[in-house]
Amino acid sequence: MSATLTLAAALTSGLRHALADDPKVVVMGEDVGRLGGVFRVTDGLQRDFGPDRVMDTPLAESGIVGTAVGLAYRGYRPVVEIQFDGFVFPAFDQLVTQVAKLHYRTGGAVRMPITVRIPYGGGIGAVEHHSESPEAYFTHTAGLRVVTCADPQDAHTLIRQAIACDDPVVFFEPKRRYWTKGEVDDSRAALAAALPLDRARVVVPGDDVTVVAYGPLVATARDAALAARDEGTSVEVIDLRSLSPVDLATVEGSVRRTGRLVIAHEAQQHGGLGAEIAASITERCFFHLEQPPARVTGFDVPYPPAKLEEHFLPDVDRILDAVDRVLGRQNSLTGWKG
Amino acid sequence: MLRQDVSRTAARNQAHGAEVTAHPHRPPQAPPGPHAPVVPPPRTDGQAQRPAAVPDTAADARADAVGAAPDGLVQLLDPDGARRPDPEYDPWVADIDDDALAALYEDMVVVRRLDLEATALQRQGELGLWPPLLGQEAAQVGSARALRRDDFVFSSYRENGVAYCRGVDLTDLVRVWRGTTLSGWDPWAVGMATPTIIIGAQALHATGYAMGCTKDGVDSVAVAYFGDGATSQGDVNEAMVFAATFRAPVVYFCQNNQWAISEPVGLVAVRPLADRAPGFGIPSVRVDGNDVLAVTAVMRATLDRARRGEGPTFVEAVTYRRGPHTTSDDPTRYVDPAVAQEWAAKDPILRVERLLEARGRLDGLTAAVTAHADAAAAEMRQGCLGLDAPPPLSVFDHVYTTPTSWLERQRSQYAAYLAMFDDAADSGAGAGTGADARGTRGTAA
Repeated sequence: MSATLTLAAALTSGLRHALADDPKVVVMGEDVGRLGGVFRVTDGLQRDFGPDRVMDTPLAESGIVGTAVGLAYRGYRPVVEIQFDGFVFPAFDQLVTQVAKLHYRTGGAVRMPITVRIPYGGGIGAVEHHSESPEAYFTHTAGLRVVTCADPQDAHTLIRQAIACDDPVVFFEPKRRYWTKGEVDDSRAALAAALPLDRARVVVPGDDVTVVAYGPLVATARDAALAARDEGTSVEVIDLRSLSPVDLATVEGSVRRTGRLVIAHEAQQHGGLGAEIAASITERCFFHLEQPPARVTGFDVPYPPAKLEEHFLPDVDRILDAVDRVLGRQNSLTGWKG
Repeated sequence: MLRQDVSRTAARNQAHGAEVTAHPHRPPQAPPGPHAPVVPPPRTDGQAQRPAAVPDTAADARADAVGAAPDGLVQLLDPDGARRPDPEYDPWVADIDDDALAALYEDMVVVRRLDLEATALQRQGELGLWPPLLGQEAAQVGSARALRRDDFVFSSYRENGVAYCRGVDLTDLVRVWRGTTLSGWDPWAVGMATPTIIIGAQALHATGYAMGCTKDGVDSVAVAYFGDGATSQGDVNEAMVFAATFRAPVVYFCQNNQWAISEPVGLVAVRPLADRAPGFGIPSVRVDGNDVLAVTAVMRATLDRARRGEGPTFVEAVTYRRGPHTTSDDPTRYVDPAVAQEWAAKDPILRVERLLEARGRLDGLTAAVTAHADAAAAEMRQGCLGLDAPPPLSVFDHVYTTPTSWLERQRSQYAAYLAMFDDAADSGAGAGTGADARGTRGTAA
């Protein structure tokens, strides 16, 4: 069945299907029950599936993830909500030293089919610890899959795929896009035909420049592509979707055609996903590149106060500036002459 | 019955607080006012404060002052091998006749022998590291033998006695320590997860598992083993919050062996560890961890409580780590030999021997048990020496349930790299064996 849903409601729908399809799926986290989560993503789920399936937990992120590990040992498929990006760090130890490693440690004997949902990213005028993009900590960790969504249909599909996945998945939700609306087909047929969890998607085809984005910046990159088209430049936008593993084949295929690569993310630049993609693409198709890859990212500063975040967050103009750079045009680094 | 009343437990702990030797660095002090925590004056030299210099509790101080003994722990068998009646816990071990006692004795002797053999294997370069459990045999055997097959253990790395009792293959005990694997055994085959090295993390796993047991409507129990050092960790405290909230059928079995590497328990606890649990709404009990009968009784009572849906319990088994933290440690730098001597006199095996001897059951038993222990040690040694390094490309196995494209690429590239050495050595061996030829580059000149 197809309906127009916000991205948040598309996630709710995905969770609802997962709970209905598999009695071993449990949703757990802070305020996910009666309140329905601070972003209402779990709205109505406790009412419909009961407090045994949708559990309000104490305010202890390590405790939430650590008990999810025990539930997974017992055969459950926990879907954990971390309330905000900046709150995940108390659970970092359990995620990195246990969730990520148990399958490897036990030679495949113990599976950790845990999904950790994390609303992330800025742009909502929030206080400190509520606007961060910590994905690189997790993409650096072997054993975790890391996924993010950019539109309602993908949000719905990816959360169902993540929960069904036998590996642990850290699922980043672009919180400033929670209210983006789109058509969502929640049918079993649509799910079966959907792009797999670990694949990128070309969302705007183009020939001159490849712009790789994910999560909240996919919409920004789309806008940049539209603006560039008005200027006669054809930009291809790739929504990465899977941050670990990265679908490099799709990116490489695009760059081999365009010869120019821009990577955009909100997270800080140093050691970020943009660095990995730039390096990998340079290794794989150096002789197809016409210019060095360009990164458009948050600055290497802690996330700033809300009244400064518009400077921290990559926007359409900064992406277009990078597009100019990889096209060898005048740009902010060369300076504008006349 | 096990003390379920929190106030009674606390009262008992107050009375018991006198585990004098639990804090070997603490000199006798005059008792402070009742319940008044003694706060040492702030230091100005920037060094960490060591509360070990002050009494742990008013009760401790009182006990120190009067020299109370035998310290009020649950104890059914004293160090001299005398059976002490305990109307509350005796019924829990009423079925343990001389034969059953002999079996527990045998377990402890075998476990100690295996531990000694593993230490020797490390000294001989066959293991990279080993964490000896010398002195903790009763705590581990008594608690593990109280479990059912369908219970599930989440332990730390020193619980090799528990693993033995769960039926872990002898060779599997040393695999991790030889460095051939990260996980020695199949958890599902023995009902015991392979150890968690990060201190205290497993307390949460046990709690989550127990929550799952409740959801499943079964009366299996999860047991978390950890030490006194782990009780400082957030995870152990968070685990108790969750367990109390969800009334999880979990037992926190804390072996207070007095040491976290070189840090005495007095550094992390100014009151008995068991005092903490009632604050979470979890009853606790302190037991003589060197008394296999008392540990069995307490554990059985505790497990029964969990099976009846009455929730978690915290057991503090007061024992002593008589060896080093691991074979890399040098306890002579921090252990008072006189204190170690005191604990040697409280040996868990010796007291059972004395009881069996008094009952005329030791003759003949010792020889048979020693022979069993030696045979087990020999089997473990043989198994250990047969453990070779896994094939090089297995480093890529099991990162995910299905390999990612990135990992497949790295695997194939590394296979090609290794094959290069095969070609160079013209060995004719298959890809992957070329690892043996590495390090030869540049040596020809």
